[in-house]
Amino acid sequence: MKRLGLILVPYLWLLALFLVPFLIVLKISLSDTELAIPPYTPTLDIAEGWEGIKTWWAGLDLENYTWLASDDLYWKAYLSSLKIAVISTLLTLIVGYPIAYGMSRAPDEWRPTLMMLIILPFWTSFLIRVYSWKAILSNEGLLNQLLIYLGIITDPLVILNTNVAVYIGIVYTYLPFMVLPIYSALERLDESLLEAAEDLGCSRFTAFWLVTMPLSKQGIIAGSFLVFIPAMGEFVIPALLGGSKTLMIGKVLWEEFFSNRDWPVASAVAVVLLLLLIIPIVLFQRNEEKQREAQK
Amino acid sequence: MKKTWVTLGAALALGATAATAEEVRVYNWSDYIDEDLLSQFEEETGIDLIYDVFDSNEVLETKMLAGGSGYDVVVPTASFMERQITAGVFQTLDKSKLPNIDNLWDVIAERTAQFDPDNAYSINYMWGTTGMGVNVEKVKEALGDDAAIDSLALIFDPANMEKLASCGVHILDAPDEVVPAALTYLGEDPNSHDPEVLAKVEPLMSAISPYVQKFHSSEYINAIANGDICVAFGWSGDILQARDRADEADNGVEIVYNAPKEGALMWFDQLAIPADAPNPEGAHKFLNFMLDAKNMAAASNYVYYANGNKASQEFLEEDVIGDPAIYPTEEAMANTYVKGAYPSKVQRVVTRMWTAIKSGT
Repeated sequence: MKRLGLILVPYLWLLALFLVPFLIVLKISLSDTELAIPPYTPTLDIAEGWEGIKTWWAGLDLENYTWLASDDLYWKAYLSSLKIAVISTLLTLIVGYPIAYGMSRAPDEWRPTLMMLIILPFWTSFLIRVYSWKAILSNEGLLNQLLIYLGIITDPLVILNTNVAVYIGIVYTYLPFMVLPIYSALERLDESLLEAAEDLGCSRFTAFWLVTMPLSKQGIIAGSFLVFIPAMGEFVIPALLGGSKTLMIGKVLWEEFFSNRDWPVASAVAVVLLLLLIIPIVLFQRNEEKQREAQK
Repeated sequence: MKKTWVTLGAALALGATAATAEEVRVYNWSDYIDEDLLSQFEEETGIDLIYDVFDSNEVLETKMLAGGSGYDVVVPTASFMERQITAGVFQTLDKSKLPNIDNLWDVIAERTAQFDPDNAYSINYMWGTTGMGVNVEKVKEALGDDAAIDSLALIFDPANMEKLASCGVHILDAPDEVVPAALTYLGEDPNSHDPEVLAKVEPLMSAISPYVQKFHSSEYINAIANGDICVAFGWSGDILQARDRADEADNGVEIVYNAPKEGALMWFDQLAIPADAPNPEGAHKFLNFMLDAKNMAAASNYVYYANGNKASQEFLEEDVIGDPAIYPTEEAMANTYVKGAYPSKVQRVVTRMWTAIKSGT
């Protein structure tokens, strides 16, 4: 009985918070737009009983999905999101790994403080933190003023409203998600392994490459997925920091929903995005399970 | 556990009754009212005013079409409202509850009646034109002293835009307003729904879009006031607010607004009550409060937009009523056009084109 409960609870959770919303979106993606409240048809009228369900079912079709395939905008937007997500994941890894490594090598009494420094920014709203980057990166912003004051540049660098600003925003925002899993992997690392490697003639770098890196692999994978998955569907950061040339699927979805008032096509875009993300999500789950197995 | 649920239920029930009895929820454009008026309304009526803002008709429309927004008063632009009335979003106004309605200005009411027959669903809040805000010094530096800052060529001629790109240009992220302007520049009917005519906008705008720093509908106020950008294609009053902010900051930025000499889009923002407003009674009180001549004048004096309230004009400050950028001369009024809503199919063509223009795909 207890065992059943243990299995049932997470699945109910998944059902309520994932499957039900997904089915609602899927349902809308199969309907057509209409100028009404809500702005799509058919709507399910339970009061009409079985007949109502039948007419509702007959009104659904895959038209919106053929529409997505017929316009290259959507594929370009998916690909461009993919590119931005991959590049920012790599950048976050490059920045995050040394931080995590440094933390794990720091004296024990420093670690809580260092951990605090990573977590502290979360105490401020995400939106405010992204917004403050605007003040740093704008033409008349802090960064340009500093560089001009130091005489490094004469004309302000245009960073805000470009893809560079989007990368900066994503790396900054998701850095803790990369640092924490890597740190937890490195922290568990048995230092005697490194000593053994050095005894056996490895240089410090080879020891790092052959011992530390493979042992922190799980952390790297977990961190990368935690950055990649949300970055793929990111909307707020490109909307605030990106320019008009930043094409991301989140923005396309917004436009379908708000500018075209086309909820069915917007829902179809969302369903496809979710299906594309299921692959990395499943891989992430596998990795987590493997890690749990390894710890047993 | 049970106790928690009871408390929670009671709290919800309390919340619900409070919402129907004592609150009016207003959803208006950002930077669009003198906030002193909000507390004044609360003092006069004893009703709690909950005030939220948005910066695009699209956002408002989506909330309205989803239904159950919980707002009692919203402020759509007339062209969007026309379509929303068809969708059954609004309730007809009970004019017996609006004794101040005689203050309205017939010149404006006639024009808004094109969107809302008999003005049955709405009253005019503010109106204005869409045009060019210019940081004079920087634009002259880029284009020379004789730059025509009152012509659409300023933003639609790639030669001009190339030179302006480094000092920064923002354009409204509102295809419903920019596409008609582009058509005007091309000498076409700004209200055209003909796909072939609309298609002419894409090459024109794609040629200038690489030089546009951002398409956005509210950021330009601060950006041009701070000197971050030198040209904004935006709404008259927003640019005049930016002018005012720059004056206050005394940062040496001089901003001028001009309606395009080729013809300007005139728009009307309307106060309306959603069909499912929780407190229509209070909503009427708010509308009547805003119809008061002095209150409406205070709003215009603050936001630098003209209003549709004839009686308010005697309370307007000289730099508002006397500024032809806000209250255009009769001649300039004749050089304006109004734009209706796009039907769904045309809307899709326009939005798709807009995405292509902005992103290059």
